[in-house]
This record gives sequence, structure tokens and C-alpha cells, in this order.
Amino acid sequence: MYDIGSFYEAASVEDAIRKLQEWPDAEIISGGSDVLIKIREGKLAGRSLVSIHNIAVLKGVTMEEDGTIVIGPGTSFSHITAHPLVQQHIPMLGYAVDQVGGPQIRNIGTIGGNVCNGVTSADSASSLFAYNAILELTGPEGIRQVPIQEFYTGPGKTVRRHEEVMTAIRIRRRDYEGYTGCYIKYGKRNAMEIATLGCACLVKLSRDKKVVEDMRIAYGVAAPTPVRCPETEKSVSGQAVSKALLLQTGKGVLNEVNPRTSWRASKEFRLQLVEELAKRAMAQAIRNGGGEVDA
Amino acid sequence: MLKIVHMNVNGKAVELAIDDREALLDTLRNHLGLTSVKKGCEVGECGACTVLVDGEAIDSCIYLTMWAEGKHILTVEGLQSPTGELSEIQQAFVDEAAVQCGFCTPGIIMSAVEIIGTGRKYTRDELRKLISGHLCRCTGYENILNALEKVVGY
Amino acid sequence: MGIGKSIQRVDARAKVTGQAKYTQDLMTQPMMVAKVVHSTIANGVVTGFDLDEALKVPGVIKIVTCFDVPEIDFCTPGHPWSVEAAHQDVQDRRLLNQRVRYYGDDVAAVIAEDEIAAVKAARLVKVHYEEYPALVDVADAMAEGAVAMHDNVPDNILKHTSFALGDESFDEAVKEKGLILVDQTYDTQRVQHCHIELPVSFAYQDGNGKITVTTSTQIPHIVRRVIGQALGIPWGQVRVIKPYIGGGFGNKQDVLYEPLNAFLSLQVGGRPVKLELTREETFADTRVRHAIRFHMQGAVRPDGTLVARRVEAFSNQGGYASHGHAIVANASNMIKQLYRDEKALESESYTVYTSTVAGGAMRGYGIPQGDFAAECLMDDLAAAIHMDPLAFRLKNCMEEGYKDPHNGITFYSYGLKKCIEAGKEAVHWDEKRAAYACQTGSRRRGIGMAIFCYKTGVYPISLETATCRMVLNQDGSIQLMMGATEIGQGADTVFTQMAAEVLGVTEDKVYIVSTQDTDVTPFDTGAYASRQSYVSGKAVKKTAEMMKEKILEYAAWKLKMDQQTLDIRNNMIVTAEGEELLTMEALATEALYSLERSVHITAEATSHCKENTFASGACFAEVEVDMPLGKVNVLKIINVHDSGILMNPKLAEAQVHGGMSMGLGYGLSEELMYDAKGKPLNNNLLDYKLPTAMDTPELNVEFIELQDPTGPFGNKALGEPPAIPVAPAIRNAVLQATGIGFNQLPMEPQRLVAAFKEKGLI
Repeated sequence: MYDIGSFYEAASVEDAIRKLQEWPDAEIISGGSDVLIKIREGKLAGRSLVSIHNIAVLKGVTMEEDGTIVIGPGTSFSHITAHPLVQQHIPMLGYAVDQVGGPQIRNIGTIGGNVCNGVTSADSASSLFAYNAILELTGPEGIRQVPIQEFYTGPGKTVRRHEEVMTAIRIRRRDYEGYTGCYIKYGKRNAMEIATLGCACLVKLSRDKKVVEDMRIAYGVAAPTPVRCPETEKSVSGQAVSKALLLQTGKGVLNEVNPRTSWRASKEFRLQLVEELAKRAMAQAIRNGGGEVDA
Repeated sequence: MLKIVHMNVNGKAVELAIDDREALLDTLRNHLGLTSVKKGCEVGECGACTVLVDGEAIDSCIYLTMWAEGKHILTVEGLQSPTGELSEIQQAFVDEAAVQCGFCTPGIIMSAVEIIGTGRKYTRDELRKLISGHLCRCTGYENILNALEKVVGY
Repeated sequence: MGIGKSIQRVDARAKVTGQAKYTQDLMTQPMMVAKVVHSTIANGVVTGFDLDEALKVPGVIKIVTCFDVPEIDFCTPGHPWSVEAAHQDVQDRRLLNQRVRYYGDDVAAVIAEDEIAAVKAARLVKVHYEEYPALVDVADAMAEGAVAMHDNVPDNILKHTSFALGDESFDEAVKEKGLILVDQTYDTQRVQHCHIELPVSFAYQDGNGKITVTTSTQIPHIVRRVIGQALGIPWGQVRVIKPYIGGGFGNKQDVLYEPLNAFLSLQVGGRPVKLELTREETFADTRVRHAIRFHMQGAVRPDGTLVARRVEAFSNQGGYASHGHAIVANASNMIKQLYRDEKALESESYTVYTSTVAGGAMRGYGIPQGDFAAECLMDDLAAAIHMDPLAFRLKNCMEEGYKDPHNGITFYSYGLKKCIEAGKEAVHWDEKRAAYACQTGSRRRGIGMAIFCYKTGVYPISLETATCRMVLNQDGSIQLMMGATEIGQGADTVFTQMAAEVLGVTEDKVYIVSTQDTDVTPFDTGAYASRQSYVSGKAVKKTAEMMKEKILEYAAWKLKMDQQTLDIRNNMIVTAEGEELLTMEALATEALYSLERSVHITAEATSHCKENTFASGACFAEVEVDMPLGKVNVLKIINVHDSGILMNPKLAEAQVHGGMSMGLGYGLSEELMYDAKGKPLNNNLLDYKLPTAMDTPELNVEFIELQDPTGPFGNKALGEPPAIPVAPAIRNAVLQATGIGFNQLPMEPQRLVAAFKEKGLI
């Protein structure tokens, strides 16, 4: 039994927005794997909940005419991983969300919740950063599109306003076509983990697989919010595939991250992972694209 | 607040007046007496309370009963045949000595039922991943994997 | 039929169908809910409470504080009570404590109509403290001027013991020319049992005034006694019921919250009150495996002769004595037993109060800690003289017939060296050792090993007593009642097999009563010390023999034959030649309903065990270390056990799997962490890294089965041993792989990366 103030099961997005306006202290609950835990530990005890759990339009993965992939924020991790569009076009994201918690959590946890709770350790976040995802927020004043790079404002903080519901996550064709990627989650265990560090790397190789035409690299837990490493990406793009390029990437990213020391892991240890995972993720991304490189 | 929910639990339609703050775990144990659904952590970390909702394994401790409206719920109590024969996976757990203290057992069996439901065969490493949402302190998972392999292994 | 067969567990069907009832499942009547208010400082004194806000919460019935409980100090460990005051356990805690001795100490309790009200009110109880500095480590607590955790122990040293063996002192012995010396400190961490069922109980007063507590415990009869002691009421006024339990591993070999639960029920007129701990409370407020620091010195000749060792052990007891010094004393004894020091062994052991959660019993009872220190030292010594660590162990380990010079425990059936040889074969030790001798690169492999010995039960250090009762049912089947408890290890199954073996009946004719109820169950101290198949097994054997005598006596009367010519085989009364004379069913029906001679055939016997023997074994681990990521991947692991004759090989193997898994967590990932103020940091199953199926390699098991002359059926300890040698075997494999000996558990990635960086390996 949870210490929930009042509970409202919204029938539609509009219904949820209306209720959120009515209840200024309410929290949105989607899958529940995050919000219910916070209620139990007391952080959100007694708060009212507006549930968007059963809103069908928030679930599923589709493709728009221009090739943009649209992920419903209410889609569970396991449904994302299993979806043919994800497997075909954005497999790195499908793999990344398959690293969340364990199978039962992946059956209830939603990608929208993963992003909206604003934590840097979210397994989906670094991949969504690499894919330049655009987040659609719907509120009383209408709809706005927010690039994921502008979504996070601090640990646990995002630009989503109280009455806004995330209604779509979009990845444009130009952000996935021709790219191959690799996400590496580093945890102390191999399952039931929050990431000590997460690294997502996408590469687009030349036709002959010898040159990295474009590279994107993003991290979770390397800073208070998920981050990209634009300087390193620029310095790598257009360079020949080589072991030296991996080493250059590993060193480059160190200047663009800002991990913290906590009892879970020290800054020094996380920096070691930042460098090492950059090399490994990029090497694997290149291999996944048909290139050859020694790690 | 009391609300009415309608679910199908272990093949039977039920209509219950529940508190809308209840977790499915509470409802199944306290209203329906389905005590195979065990409470081990209340935060989705141990897997002891795993049940199937519309065929998918979930931690019933972090699933509000309100969401079960119109859904099919399956617990270990729903696995035996009408005349009491064990299901294949239950029998495999018995035969492979996959049971010790027994507290994690019903939950893992429910994940196994989800796995079997796919109709696929699995490698041992795949099975390790598929049961990684369950903590067991007695078995080292070895005989649990043996039981699973017996039913869905290559 | 009988022992040695891998029959199915007697409780398997109940457990796979959800029919097996645990304490939680028996709370069918409406109950009040109790929640404990835990201190939010680690060390200090409660000066007062402000209960106004908490009492306003709708549904709150009563709040009891540390100022309201009896002024009785009591002890909690699951030890047999000693009738000699000098040997009684330390009585150092109350139902609720004004003197706060760890972060989470029990200072008050709320009784409410439901859980939400209880939790809410518990959060609203305001506690005022006088705070003292936290004493997290042994060094803090032993420092000059440290606050005494208990007034009667001003230096915080709960107990200090020492012993020496050999004609010379260690200092004299190491003067020998040419000796190689190793001096290292080995640190073991605080870990938790992580039974999946949380500690839970409910209590109420019976119609006849008895306080009845149903609880998840390994030791129902001891819980009964401690409730009586803690509440200051006659022990007979207490009734304890133990249903199936979801694991214990030693945490439930301690009396946890049962006395408080009983007390709280009495506060509301004996109405039912339940007290369920959360997982967070279970970590922070029950018991843990003691963190022990070992300062070890060893001296060895270049030919591999172990000449002398010196051991200083400091055990972090936490705020309350619980099992106390018995743990580190056990560790120090095992270090002594496992190897022969040619000239000298000196051992000093300290158990020190600190302001952390109390250390208690946990699978292996100090031996996993001691074995880590002993076996790290052996590999470090072997490395120092460039000797193969396996050969070094064979040369110096305890020999057949070993007799402990202090307590006299003797190694009867000796399988230790056979275990080492079997493991060596199984892992291709020589080839692998050679192949991994010199490696470079970022992934390196190594192979390592560790051995151990483990006594069976607690004789002669403590009392060993067990009782069994058998009743002949009307249909000739047997009702088997044990004071010994099933805690997941398979005791019920093995007792059933033992009874069937001796009685000459099939297992399906033996019904074991799994639930212990102290009102009706015969006395036994419970499940711990790997004692039950040995000590309680003797009670089964003795009782079954009595029972068989009685049955045959009646059969002889009925058949008008000489009793000496009769036997029972396969549920039949037979002649010595096997001629079937009478079914057990016919005999039992006759015995009960005979108009001529009605007898209800029962037997009950106590076995006061005054024997002990060593079990032993070895673990071999092959690892690959991913050095830049600090990850140890166990490629292959095998435990080889010398536990005498196996009662049920399949269950024995399963028992070893679980122990190995626990050892893997101990070696690589588990640690209950505290901050500098003594607050636990990771008291939940997300942040405390219990291995999942994806973190566990294939677990290989072999047994060396030798008949032990003291075991009731040639058997000896098996329950705890599998957890013992795994961590040091992995450590020694990592040592071979990387050249670095990790002396602090767990060998978790951050520590490894830091060490590899320091040595310039990455």
C-alpha cells in the first residue's frame, strides 16, 4: 500500500493535462518503477498522482512519412527493444534500454519516464543524445519540440513544466541513416544496475569503411546530466579509421566530461571508464558498420 | 479511495473493491489469498513478487492494482492443471533440485512461464539474462538454469 | 529408500505450487502494524521525544519509547543457554535503547491500525539526542579517549584472547637464518545475509495467557527463551511457532525483533501485532558478517617448510555483542588448525565494540574471514619462495588424524589432500599455472586455489543436544517431529531419509512435521554450525532404533515369534531371511485398536552429542581480469568437498552451489558500506551487489566421500563450508594473473583499477 494522496487515471493526454492543472502538487506516473519507489522512501509520500499508464496513444513505435521514427514515451523498454523499426534503424537504442534493471522492470518501465525523471544515469539518455532525439511536450498552451540536448537543466531537473506531458520522442532519418553504434553500460553487476557510466557512440563510415565521416559520442553519469562531446566529435569526423583515432577519442572526451565523486564511484574511476569505454564503444560501432579496427 | 477493478486472475473473472493506493502484490495476497506472490523488497529489486500481466512478467510490488483493470493476471496458483498435475516447469524445478528455501521460487517460475510463452529455445546465457531480475541466495542459480534448460534449452 | 539417494525434497511440491506457508502467509487475521523508530545518529543518548505530531496521525494506537521498556538487559545470539553465569552470552541490549549504539538503533516503536499510519507516524516521531562521535572502525573505537559504547567495557574491547603453540616464540623462531618473511594485513568487509524473506513476526496472547510469536527464525526454542528473558516472564508463558522460512544464513540464528514484537502485543492487551522489517532495515538493523582485520606474519624456508606464523585479528563487533568473540575465536582456531607451523604460532584476537550494526552469525561463523587471511598468506609465502602454491599447501597442511591441541576436535575421516588432488586434476592446474605464468596486455588470466577445514557443530565449546519424536500412525506410517529446523538446506528431506533408512520403511511412509511449535515440538537448539545432519541426525537414528524395537516387540507378541528373528524391510515385518509376515499397516492398526493389547507406539530420544570431526575442502578458480575496467571474470570455478557420506547427493550439490555463489559475492562485489558518521550507505538490494544470474559462472562441484566414524551415517558438516574458500581462491587467481595480491575484500573494480594504475599496469 502506497502513501498516495489522490490518484487519477487519465483517459487521454488532454485529460492528464487538465488534472495536472487542477492538482498543482501532483506527479505524473507512467510505468511506476521510479515514482512508486520515491513514494515509499518518503520523497514523494502523500503526493497525488496523475497516471498516464493506460493512455494508448503514448505507446508504440511508428515511422512518419519522412522517415522520422516516433517513439511513444509510454512504451516499455522491452517493447522498444523488440520493435522491428527499432531493430532495423536504431538498434543501439533498443540495446541500451535492454540494459535497464532486469526483465520485469523492462516490462513496466517506460522510456518517457526514464528521460523525464532527469537522471544522468538513465540508460536511454546517452543513446537519445547520440541520435539527436527531439522530445515533444504537450501542455495547456500547446505542443513544443525540445531537442534532448536542451531538455536537461540539472540533476533531476528538466525543462518539462508541471502541466506538460511528453507525447513523443522523435529521431529523424538523417540522425540514424548510415550510422552504426554501440552502447556500453558499465555497472558493478551485469544486471539490476544503475550505470556507473554509460557511453553511446554512433559512427557513419565512408563507403569503403576506411574513414569515419561522422562520429557522435554521449555519456551518462559523466556529468550532472547526460552529455555529448562535440569537440571530440569534430576532431574525429573525417579521420581515417585507426587505433590511433580510438586513442585520440579516449583522450579527447576527458576534456568534455565532468564526473563527480560519490560513494558509488570516485571521479578518477569514472574518468578511467570515460576514456576506456570511448575506445571500446567506438571500436565496436566501427565494426558494426563493417569497418575493421584493433582495439 | 475504494475503487472497483475487474481482472481475470488465474483464469477467473474477479471484481474487487480495492484501495486505489494498493500494489497488485497487496491485492493478490490480501484480497485473493494468492500467497505464492512473495514480498521481498517492495521496490522491484528482488523479483519475489513476479506475476504475469497479460503474459508479461512484472514486479507486482511496484504495479498499482488500478492498472490491472481489464487485464489477465497469472500467478503460480494458476499453473497446475485442474486435477492438480504440476506444469512442466514446476516439475522441472522439482526434478532438478532448483528449490531450496523456496521463497524466490514462485517468482522465478512466473518469469519462466513468460519465457516458455515465447515458444522459442534459449541458450544458457540468454536464460541467465532472462532471470536476472530475480535474486536467489540459496542456489547460485545453477539448478534453476538446469530446470529452465530442461524446458526451453536447445 | 534411505540415505545416499537423491530423492526429491519433501517440500518441493509445496514450494513450486505456492502452498508452502511462510510467516507472512499466515497473517490471516486482522492485525495491528508495528514500526520501529530507528535512531538517526550512530552514537549517543536519547534525551527525549516529541510525539505530538506522530500521535496525531489517524490510525495510531500507541507509541512506546525506550523510556517505557523493562529495565532488563538481554542477550540475543542463538547459542544454547549456559547454566554457568561465566559462560552466558553478553546481555547488553534492551527492547528499545536509550543509549544509541549504531545508526538505526531501536529507540521507539509505533503501533497503528495500518502500515501507512505506522510508517507516517514513525517518520514524525521527533527524537532528541546527545550525540557522540561515530566509531565506525575498530581503530576509532580503540583510540585513546574513544567514548565507551558500553559502560562496563571502558576500552571497547569486548574480549581479547590469545594462544601460542610451539617451543619458541615467533620472534625467536624467525631468527633462523635464511627464512623468508611475509608481513601483510588482510581486511574482510561487512556483508549481509540477504535471505530473500525478510525478518517478520506476529505476536498475540492466547486464551490461556500464552504469548504466541510466529516468526521467521532458525532457532525457535532459543527465541522462546530469549523472549522470556527480555520481557522478564516465565519461559513457559511463551510459545514460538516457526513455519517455512525464506532463508536465514545465520541472521535468523539470532533473536531479532521477536521480543519487541511480543512486548508490543502486550501493550495492546495481547491483541495481534505484526512486525515486518523492510529490506533497508534488514541491512541496517539486524546482523552482518563481522569485518575482521588480520595482521599476519609468516616465515618460511626456501624449501617450502612453514616455520612460524603470527596472527593478530581485530573483529568489528558493532554496537551489541550478539555472537561476539566466538566469531573471531573461531577464525583464529581455524588458522591454527589448517597448517602446521614447525616452530611457532602466536595468535591474538580482539573483538571490539564500534557504533555500527552488530556482527552476528553468518554462514561459516568467522571461518570465511579467517580462511581469507590464512589462504592469502599462504599464496604470498609461496610467491615469496617461488613455489607452486598447491605443492606448498600439500607440504604444510593439516594431516590425517589431526587433533586440535586446545579443544581436542579430531580429523577422523580425512579427505583434505584428496580434495586438493581432485581439484588439481579437474582444473588442469599444472598446465594452467604454467600457461598463465608470464602475461602482458590488458586482459590477463590466472588460476588460484584455497583450502579450508570446518568443524561439525559446536562441541566441546558449547552444548550439543537434539531431540526427535516419532509416532506410529494408524496406517503404519511414521510421524516424524524434529526440534531441528528446515531453513532451505533440505533438513526435512534428509531427516526423512534417515528415519526411513533405520526403520526399514520407504520415505513416502514418513511424514515430517516441518513446523516447529515450542508447545509441542521436542527440544533442539536449531539450524546453525552445520550441525543438524550430524547432531540432530544422531537423534533421528537413536529414536528410530527405539521405535523399531517397539514395533518389533509388538510384532513378536502378535506373531508369537522371537523378536530377534524379526526385522522391518520395505514397510513389512519380515524374518531375517526376508519372508514377509505382516504389513506395517496391519501391525499399526492392530496395535492401536487391539482389544487385547492396545499400545500407541511412539518414541522420543535426545542425543547429547559429545563428538566432533572436521570437514574440509578446496576451491579452484580460473579468472580473466579486464584490467582497464577492473573487472574479474571467473572463467571456471570448482569446489571439492570432504563432508563424509552424502545423505542426498543432489541436495548436497545444490547446497554447495549456494555457498559458492555467496563466496563469489564476498570475493568480488558485496559490502555494506558506512559513511564517516556511521550511516549505512547502500542498505538496499540495488546498491548492495548481490550476484545475479548474469554475475554467476557455472558452478562445479565434486565430493570426496569418506565414511566418518563419528557421523550418524558417516556424514559431517556441509551447510556452511561451500562459502568459505571461494574468495581467497579468486584472490589468489587474480594474484597470478596480475602480480598484485588484493588484501582487501571485495575485489571490486575501483580498487583494482586504482592498484593497476599505481603499479603502472594500465
